[in-house]
Amino acid sequence: MHKFLFMKIEIARMLQKKKKQIIDLWMKNQLADSALRDDLMSNDELRAQSEELVDALLKKLTDDNLSNIESADFENVYEILGGISITRARQGFSPRETGLYIYSLKDALLSILQQEFKNDPVQLYEASMRVSKLIDSFGIVTFETFIKGREEIILRQTDEITEISTPVIRVWDGILALPIIGTLDSARTQVVMENLLQEIVNTGSSIAILDISGVPAVDSLVAQHLIKTVSATRLMGAECIISGIRPEIAQTVVHLGIDLSNVVTKATLASALKYAYSILQLEVRKKQNNLVKTN
Amino acid sequence: MEKIPILRMGQFLLVTIQIDLYDRLALNLEADLVQMVSKTGARGVLIDISVVSIVDSFMGRIIGNIANMSKIMDAETVVVGMQPAVAITLIELGLPLTGVHTALDVEKGMELLRKKILVDGEELDETYNTDSTE
Amino acid sequence: MKPITPTVLNKDKLSVFKEQDVVPFRNRVKEYATRIGMGLVNQTKLITAASELVRNMLRYADGGETLIEVISKGRENGIRLTFTDKGPGIANIEQAMKDGFTTGKSLGLGLPGTKRLVSEFDIKSVVGKGTTVTVVKWKNG
Repeated sequence: MHKFLFMKIEIARMLQKKKKQIIDLWMKNQLADSALRDDLMSNDELRAQSEELVDALLKKLTDDNLSNIESADFENVYEILGGISITRARQGFSPRETGLYIYSLKDALLSILQQEFKNDPVQLYEASMRVSKLIDSFGIVTFETFIKGREEIILRQTDEITEISTPVIRVWDGILALPIIGTLDSARTQVVMENLLQEIVNTGSSIAILDISGVPAVDSLVAQHLIKTVSATRLMGAECIISGIRPEIAQTVVHLGIDLSNVVTKATLASALKYAYSILQLEVRKKQNNLVKTN
Repeated sequence: MEKIPILRMGQFLLVTIQIDLYDRLALNLEADLVQMVSKTGARGVLIDISVVSIVDSFMGRIIGNIANMSKIMDAETVVVGMQPAVAITLIELGLPLTGVHTALDVEKGMELLRKKILVDGEELDETYNTDSTE
Repeated sequence: MKPITPTVLNKDKLSVFKEQDVVPFRNRVKEYATRIGMGLVNQTKLITAASELVRNMLRYADGGETLIEVISKGRENGIRLTFTDKGPGIANIEQAMKDGFTTGKSLGLGLPGTKRLVSEFDIKSVVGKGTTVTVVKWKNG
């Protein structure tokens, strides 16, 4: 028992002593690998990156935390792994390539363990299992960091899209046009509604034209929101016209039993504009050409 | 006791609601307004709610009452300056503001009133005596 | 699957027994809603609902106790309001929750409309004992 414990303490310390061998072996394996991406990263950079990781790992590795993946001791290692994941993603490595890079460290470590414990298969097995589990977890960290980065991009783009895709255009004094492009879901329709009403107040416009010719389909919930938008506009003392309803949407609306009788609908934005002019008692006429000849 | 001031603008009366109405204040407003309509022969009442951020059913009832009372005294009521968030909430709440016209601001409100009241070439007395109640 | 109970981050109690208590209560709700960063439209809906419910309490039960809580469920924060009174209670809750239900001269309790303004709505009532209404409005609706 005593001998066993004594042997156990040696793993972490032993690996620390063999640091140089580990790095050398790991580099050797990587450079021999046909899948090496020396087009994306120079060998010097690769060595520096690998050294930093092994350094950080072996500095903190103890007998205890070797079996405890969640240990707070590895905080710095996780930071470095996150950094590796991000820089490699930027350089063009696939997440698989980054993952395999981490897993290749495992091979180097296991080779060293094999050398040291060649006469003790039980110890070798145990040590190998622990090291293997630890490195597996490190590999997963690189995947998680990659995914998190992607999610942040998606969130940012969603915000940008929402902003771009609902322009408010002052087509005339007191007339606003909102052409909507893309799918309308319940959440987006609410944003459109709030925008529309706020712009009416900001510009003092009495007519807003909501053009949905760029919207492929409308479900019952969205239709309800559109009707509410029209009602809210009227409540504030303005008018909202919906234009550009596609025939498919007209069909859906009727089949869903939605009542649009209180909503002013026009086939095109142009006809909606014409209608808006008439409400505001405005007229568009062709100019009279006065042919005046001067000598 | 606080009172909500009622401004006279020619043939119209303007009420600007700037504080949260509670029972007694609201009843006083109704009474004062009806008296003023009678006294001045006003043909239109404008209720400015541009700084009101919450309109619940109580407030809705008061506005409805004012509109009904004024109508009986031959005056039309226009609610102006409703905030977008208030409009959205009222629609969701399902509060019908019946018998009440609405406009975006006081200017448009007065325009609307003029249109509604101008019947048979009847002229409006547009001398702006802006005296308020004390 | 067991429903996840939200964690309470903060709470505040206010009694409402007269007209003049309504506005301070509304303002307190607004304070908390602003604190968790609730947008204007959602705030307006929440405070309007609170106003409806507290006025009901005053009108039909001569007032009662209100509880304002800031709650959190996973990543979402929200406001939970509880209205407890010792009034006559509601005999037929189902009917009260139907649009167009009227008691007295007014538009009745306005419960169906109020329900549409919030994310979650719960009502418990015992005739002769009292009523408790609980509503939740999440920050993002």
